Amino acid sequence: MAAVTPLLLLLLLSSAPSFSSGSRNAYNINGRVKIPQGLGLGTKGYALPGRMSNVKVLLNGGQNITFLRPDGYFSFHNIPAGTHLIEVSAIGYFFSPVRVDVSARNPGKVQAALTENRKGLSELVLEPLREEQYYEIREPFSIMSLLKSPMGLMVGFMLAVAFLMPKLVENMDPEEMRRAQEEMRSQGVPSLSSLLPGGAMN
Amino acid sequence: MAIRSFLILFILFFFSSLNPILSLYEDQVGLVDWHQQYLGKVKQAVFHTHKTGRKRVVVSTEENVVASLDLGQGEIFWRHVLGSNDVIDGIDIALGKYVITLSSGGSILRAWNLPDGQMVWESSLRGPKHSKSLFLVRTNLKIEKDNIVIIFSNGRLNAVSCMDGEVLWEKDFEGESLKVQQVIQPPGSNLIYVVGFASSSLFEMYQINALNGELLKHESAAFSGGFLGEVSPVFSETVVALDSTGLILLTISFQNGKISFHQMPISNLVKDSFGPAKIIPSSVTGIFAIKMNAVTIVIRVKDESKLEVVEKTNHETSISDALSISEGQQAFALVQHASHEIHLRVKLAHNWDDNLLKESVKMDQHRGLVHKVYINNYIRTDKSYGFRALIVMEDHSLLLLQQGEIVWSREDGLASIIDVTTSELPVERDGVSVAKVEHNLFEWLKGHMLKLKGTLMLASPQDIAAIQSMRLKNSEKSKMTRDHNGFRKLLIVLTRAGKLFALHTGDGHIVWSHLLQSLQKSKVCQHPIGLNLYKWQVPHHHAMDENPSVLVIGKCGPSSDAPGALSFVDTYTGKELSSLSLVHSVAQVIPLPYTDSTEQCLHLLIDADKHAHLYPKTPEAISIFEREFSNIYWYSVEDDNGIIKGHALRGKCTGEVADEVCFDTRELWSIVFPSESEKIIATVTRKLNEVVHTQAKVIADQEVMYKYISRNLLFVATVALKGSVEIGSVTPEESWLVAYLIDTVTGRILHQVTHHGSQGPVHAVFSENWVVYHYFNLKAHRYEMSVIEIYDQSRADNKDVWKLVLGKHNLTSPISLYSRPDVITKSQSYFFTHSVKAIAVTSTTKGITSKQLLIGTIGDQVLALDKRFLDPRRTVNPTQAEKEEGIIPLTDSLPIIPQSYVTHALRVEGLRGIITVPAKLESTTLVFAHGVDLFFTQLAPSRTYDSLTDDFNYALLLITIVALLAAIFVTWTLSERKELQENWR
Repeated sequence: MAAVTPLLLLLLLSSAPSFSSGSRNAYNINGRVKIPQGLGLGTKGYALPGRMSNVKVLLNGGQNITFLRPDGYFSFHNIPAGTHLIEVSAIGYFFSPVRVDVSARNPGKVQAALTENRKGLSELVLEPLREEQYYEIREPFSIMSLLKSPMGLMVGFMLAVAFLMPKLVENMDPEEMRRAQEEMRSQGVPSLSSLLPGGAMN
Repeated sequence: MAIRSFLILFILFFFSSLNPILSLYEDQVGLVDWHQQYLGKVKQAVFHTHKTGRKRVVVSTEENVVASLDLGQGEIFWRHVLGSNDVIDGIDIALGKYVITLSSGGSILRAWNLPDGQMVWESSLRGPKHSKSLFLVRTNLKIEKDNIVIIFSNGRLNAVSCMDGEVLWEKDFEGESLKVQQVIQPPGSNLIYVVGFASSSLFEMYQINALNGELLKHESAAFSGGFLGEVSPVFSETVVALDSTGLILLTISFQNGKISFHQMPISNLVKDSFGPAKIIPSSVTGIFAIKMNAVTIVIRVKDESKLEVVEKTNHETSISDALSISEGQQAFALVQHASHEIHLRVKLAHNWDDNLLKESVKMDQHRGLVHKVYINNYIRTDKSYGFRALIVMEDHSLLLLQQGEIVWSREDGLASIIDVTTSELPVERDGVSVAKVEHNLFEWLKGHMLKLKGTLMLASPQDIAAIQSMRLKNSEKSKMTRDHNGFRKLLIVLTRAGKLFALHTGDGHIVWSHLLQSLQKSKVCQHPIGLNLYKWQVPHHHAMDENPSVLVIGKCGPSSDAPGALSFVDTYTGKELSSLSLVHSVAQVIPLPYTDSTEQCLHLLIDADKHAHLYPKTPEAISIFEREFSNIYWYSVEDDNGIIKGHALRGKCTGEVADEVCFDTRELWSIVFPSESEKIIATVTRKLNEVVHTQAKVIADQEVMYKYISRNLLFVATVALKGSVEIGSVTPEESWLVAYLIDTVTGRILHQVTHHGSQGPVHAVFSENWVVYHYFNLKAHRYEMSVIEIYDQSRADNKDVWKLVLGKHNLTSPISLYSRPDVITKSQSYFFTHSVKAIAVTSTTKGITSKQLLIGTIGDQVLALDKRFLDPRRTVNPTQAEKEEGIIPLTDSLPIIPQSYVTHALRVEGLRGIITVPAKLESTTLVFAHGVDLFFTQLAPSRTYDSLTDDFNYALLLITIVALLAAIFVTWTLSERKELQENWR
């Protein structure tokens, strides 16, 4: 499929008026859904869930539903003239809805545009805008993630206190230290602020 | 200072480790969620059991599903759910590799590849006129290796090639009043007979060449007595019909183009015949059945005109289609119901007296009667024929019988759920249910070592598999008792077949099921329809010994004045406590917020004559009700007339109905929408049991806004008459949509907004003080979602604590019909990509947790969208203060983040409804989505801030604590030693 150039995929979107006694203005909308292989990021990490047989094409919010042929073509039959909306539902892909104008005056002419980005389509070939990844991908093990976990932080904090605190204490003025100790003794119950040299300084 | 900055760093670090997106890892699938696939009631089944390959059965159902099932286990190989108006008319297997489906009133023919379900071709068939008669006839005609199928639909006979769906020839039957009754293709010939009735007393027969559609013969003959109903083909050139009185059987033979009638009054065949009969068509040669009242009579046709009654029975009987087992031999099955058993008999068509097979199968009473039977044969080891039968039961379940046993069964009734409610499980008591503790410490440690390996990403594939199975097998979640967090509950669902199921939220297994007596076809109730489920008794506090029960409301027949039917079902045992056939109809049910001493909820049933009936009918309930008499208001919506009315109670019923619990009502107000310009398409209110945690909302600059919270707010959406049709046929100029907020006690319209150039369908959800609705914008040709938030302005001055206590309050402000409530509304609109099938909102016990919208998209997925995206205070450039408050910069469309699909990579095919139930844990809500499939999961809209997640690593915590303790001892001894050394110095 990938080998076929887009030019060869033209045609499509014929809205030839088809005879029907029930309603005079009945047209067909023909188009194609194309899912490129390995779009974007590739499908590593999760199984490609959307098979072609599970793709649905919906007209006007589910008024008509059709399925894809093996080559990706689809068609809606007996559609009245007007402005219609085509949606593609495929697990694993994000498709923009398409606005399709089927005009009664010049039956050969049909206009189509993606509603998400207002891009016009010269032919009704619908391609996914992006792949959809439904699951978070587990980050590979790293020492940082372990350190970042609450337990890692706990250990880190303890180590920091154990090794940095004596340093801070060492840098202190011995007189001030003595004063702090006396203060502590006088208060009896040591409070947190007096225990911390930084707090005592404030 | 250093330490302070260190602390800040620490806090920053801690928060950055929290993942901001709430989503699922692939290995977490199935931990808290479950997904079940169903089909619906089977309409037609075709077997495919060739010697090679897997044995399958292809079915079409009333839910418009075509599926291929494994005949061995009943599992689904593939399945397609067609559109809701694409009803399947017939299926068949062609060329041994394609499944052919005819749908949409005989206008769409599709072929699916049998092994994988890929659509192969599709063709559209049209005809000169719309008609109800549809036939899909398989032929064995071969034209250059190709098979053809003959399809009669919409007044045209088509021959379609099975290879590519090309129409080979077509022939119109233009006759104005011609009603084609049968299309018969005698085996082994190139002829097709089309027989039908014209102008009620003319029998018409067309003989057509099957190869080219050429009309060979056309004969017609008049029968003065007229015809009634269907015809049944008995031989390739003979059919049986009933005359217009339904008392005389007609054998119509058209051999060699000569039509001859033969009359036989039914009373000549059956002595005690009563009333008109109905033909049950069958495809079995020489045999047909008629039904008179409850009596089924099987009649054999001998030669041309001799009729002979072979069986007459009062039991419910189903006859299968003919199955040709060998050259010229046809077999068929008969299933009869007898209290606890069903009797299956397989006979040869030409030999009624002998049975090829006779079996009795024990059948659960809660499956009801056998509705349909399909048979298939296989060759036993001793070269004799064995038969398997696929039966469809009254509760829509599908069973395969073979050798007197049920090989497998599928509960396909669950594909058509009407209503859902929940019930608590029993409290765990001694001996009720014992939790299985871990076997021993070693096992426990091993489990945690595995988990630790998993988190450190050191686990081998086998280890990962072991971890996964360990997590899924967690016996905790499917226990039959209440849990501390309220995750385990019973989902009580009512299906269209009138069956009630209880599903366990842990793993979705069926705890019990019950076919409701009140919703079964009976003499008094011909077409029972289930309507709603309500919680009838929710025991807590003083009625703890009672089991909870639910109320099932149904009615007999589709008309609005059909009498109602009630059932009360115990939710622990599934026993029907009692059932009532009501004399009055049920137009509306109002669950009242009052309970009696046994915790039974009071319900008010409004009938079509606007009388209110109170249930339960006890003196205690009446006394409670009379106390609250003047506080009860309700509204009714008449879609067709465009009127919304408010009602209140007036007094005891007057007139002939002297009933203690019947009350007269009066109309308080009515809002009439102009019928020529507006049509009601959606009405939504708040959920009755919703809890609002806070009435005030503090906004960025320390301002307080008070939510206007009222249980009596109604959201109504109307569209211009032209816009009420489907998308694609109106222009933006001629369509508009109006949204109203109406107070249902006073009938006052609090807010009204018009969306020009927009149309329905409208899906809306109302919660707290806001409503979100989804509609189609014709100008942009995109879907839009709007939010309206309503705030109470009368309390806006209460800015500080003192004013809050002493200031104006909802309760102190005088309530009068004439005073307009001082409210302001804010609203905003956004584009939304997808069509929507259903919208719901998460609900939690106390309403503290922020809310998420659950949007059922057209692709049958459920998307969770944070309510913060639908906040009318969003601006393009929010200020710093607003950013801190959590306001997201305004974008023109709502984001669709694939990770926030709660259904992840699954589809809930045919999605119809989403239900949210609060768990006991404040952060968590339970979500149940139903359609053809069922899906259940737990959601934590603001993450599980109040409990540890499942993957919390206790082992790592233990190791950390041990390491910390060790470090304390080491440093302690080190410091001791250092001190000692210093003292010695």
